[in-house]
Amino acid sequence: MPTIKNLDDLKRIREEALEKKKLKTASGNVQVVVGMGTCGIAAGARETMKAILDAIEKDNLSGISVTQTGCIGLCEREPIVMVTVGEEPKVTYGKVTPEVARRILKDHVGAGKVVEDHKIAM
Amino acid sequence: MKTYRAMVLVSNDPLSIERGSQQVYTKLTEEIAAYGLQDEISLSMVSDIGRHDAAPLVIVYPDAVIYGPIAPENVHTLVEEHLYKGRVVAGLQAPLKEMTGRIAWLSARKGTLPAEQRIVLERAGLIDPESIEDYIIHDGYAALGKVLGEMKPADVISELEKSGLRGRGGAGFPTGTKWKFVSKADGAQKYVICNADESEPGTFKDRLILEGDPHSIIEAMTIAAYAVGASEGYIYIRGEYTLAQERMHRAIIKAEEMGFLGDQIFGTDFSFNLHIHSGAGAYICGEETALIESIEGKPGIPRARPPFPTTHGLWGKPTLVNNVETLANVPAILRRGAAWYHSFGTPSSPGTKVYTMLGNVNVTGVVEVPMGITLREIIAIYAKGMKKGSSFKLAQTGGSSGSVIPSSLQDTPMDFDSFSKAGVSLGSGALLICDEDTCVVDLAKVLLNFFRVESCGKCNPCRIGTQRAFEILTTITEGQATLNDLDTLLELSSNLAMMSNCGLGQTAGTPLVDILKYFRAEVEAHIRLKVCPAGVCTMKPHVHPEEKVHQHA
Ligand SMILES: Cc1cc2nc3c(=O)[nH]c(=O)nc-3n(C[C@H](O)[C@H](O)[C@H](O)COP(=O)(O)O)c2cc1C
Ligand code: SF4
Ligand code: FES
Repeated sequence: MPTIKNLDDLKRIREEALEKKKLKTASGNVQVVVGMGTCGIAAGARETMKAILDAIEKDNLSGISVTQTGCIGLCEREPIVMVTVGEEPKVTYGKVTPEVARRILKDHVGAGKVVEDHKIAM
Repeated sequence: MKTYRAMVLVSNDPLSIERGSQQVYTKLTEEIAAYGLQDEISLSMVSDIGRHDAAPLVIVYPDAVIYGPIAPENVHTLVEEHLYKGRVVAGLQAPLKEMTGRIAWLSARKGTLPAEQRIVLERAGLIDPESIEDYIIHDGYAALGKVLGEMKPADVISELEKSGLRGRGGAGFPTGTKWKFVSKADGAQKYVICNADESEPGTFKDRLILEGDPHSIIEAMTIAAYAVGASEGYIYIRGEYTLAQERMHRAIIKAEEMGFLGDQIFGTDFSFNLHIHSGAGAYICGEETALIESIEGKPGIPRARPPFPTTHGLWGKPTLVNNVETLANVPAILRRGAAWYHSFGTPSSPGTKVYTMLGNVNVTGVVEVPMGITLREIIAIYAKGMKKGSSFKLAQTGGSSGSVIPSSLQDTPMDFDSFSKAGVSLGSGALLICDEDTCVVDLAKVLLNFFRVESCGKCNPCRIGTQRAFEILTTITEGQATLNDLDTLLELSSNLAMMSNCGLGQTAGTPLVDILKYFRAEVEAHIRLKVCPAGVCTMKPHVHPEEKVHQHA
């Protein structure tokens, strides 16, 4: 990482990072984001994350970027997973156990069918 | 208290009146009655709520749908479709456009506007907290660049003063003023400290910020250091917050690598080093002077004040102490300006407040809402109402140093001034929402037990007073107290408030005063009738509440 000397440097780094992110999203047109705050982890977000990564590896899925984020404040519904497929609006899921995570990958990411019973209306 | 399934508000500012809001109101009353909905739906007039372009406005909660401009002839459709059948009438909605203030917030939450109106939690849940690039993409470190490149320390402070930001750590002290005190204090060495001890029971908003957006705190502290002339800083993080500590640790390393911390930040002569200090689990260490003692390696016992930390803080040097949430507002204010910040909240308490909602409500969790929203709105909209079969009795704000808010204050705007005028406090941001099964004596007993255990013991009024108050409350819950004991409780509270050394003792009596002010009859029932109306306390000797009531009836 280069050091930032002025606002122009910052702008350049910002654009490079954006570009990198775009490339990443373009190659992976599905984004899966897992809420990894303390409550999320306590509710099993790590297991959920692991299940997602395992399933992607096992089924050899491509074009999916999996990242973590802090928490959005819906403690009751943890673990929370947000899924964006292409240009479609982001879908937020609650109480995503490893089992549910596998369903989301199969039905939503694989077949375009939102898993309604775990969807959170935002 | 009566509960409604929906709440309808009609704007009633001069312009709306001129455009016929009174007639709309009358027509709404008629139509709601015509559909027999008058017991399910509350209708009220509200003062200026903005959006003059679409006045008069009709707003329907909990859906937070904004209709406007509404004429009397639209009312029939609106009531039939939305209130009776539950379908939003898209054709009557106010045009979606740049909106500010509380309405913008509400609709942002409904997804009709981008949620970027969040200030403090803007990036939490959106970015990867371990990626500095993500932070930069979302305008991170732009405020620091602007400050170091274009502003003098005095300009930064004056912008902050103009913004009207007030401390979110509990006391609501104007942040710009505090910064000015430290910058004006004599001394070559100064410190800035972020208070991330967050030990109020039930509060965890600061943790969300630290875990979800650690760089925002680094950026804010660096700006603060530049403004007040400090070269060293500490983040005092509660010991239990291991994830927050780890993320903050990694964020500091990244920020150092990229030149946002350390020497010659942004290519200037300004240097600032930031350290993490882990707390060890004492509530009192959140009090700023105890916190400072603790960083110095001593037991966390509050100092006598004055002198204040702004002149005699860490190692006796001028020190700025700010809460996490307070600091999280700083980069946004400097990036977008004080005027922008004033577009949220109320004139004397601009901006937003993050609350942790807990208790007998349908949805618990964290929300960021504009200052000046009411408790009724928070419960109806964000907590999605009281749990089935329960109705609102009281809320306890701000963990243990907050107040008891009875239902008569549910419509008091939640901002520093309105609350202090009403004799209550916003506290640190927890909202424990209780239903009728909560016994006020029991609640006070739990709080006093907490204070009794957490008192550092330095001064008598607090060490002995909290213990005595706890004992008296215990006798009340056992049906063994006398009415004189209530006077003793009030006397203890006033001694605590007047003679304690620090905020813990000074506010420990608040719950006692509050319950005797708002729920005296319920407390007296424990004594006179030996009955706990909420059915919580086990009286000794045990008398079944119903039997007892019958005997007296
Ligand atoms: C017993 C006690 C506990 C406190 N705990 C905290 C805390 O956990 N976090 C915090 O920010 N302020 C806490 N405070 C308030 C701090 O003393 C101080 O006022 C605050 O950090 C100032 O920051 P602000 O101006 O940004 O609000 C506590 C005060 C007392 C009396
Ligand atoms: S008021 Fe209580 S907590 Fe504060 S210094 Fe005195 S004994 Fe310690
Ligand atoms: S970590 Fe608490 S709600 Fe997400």
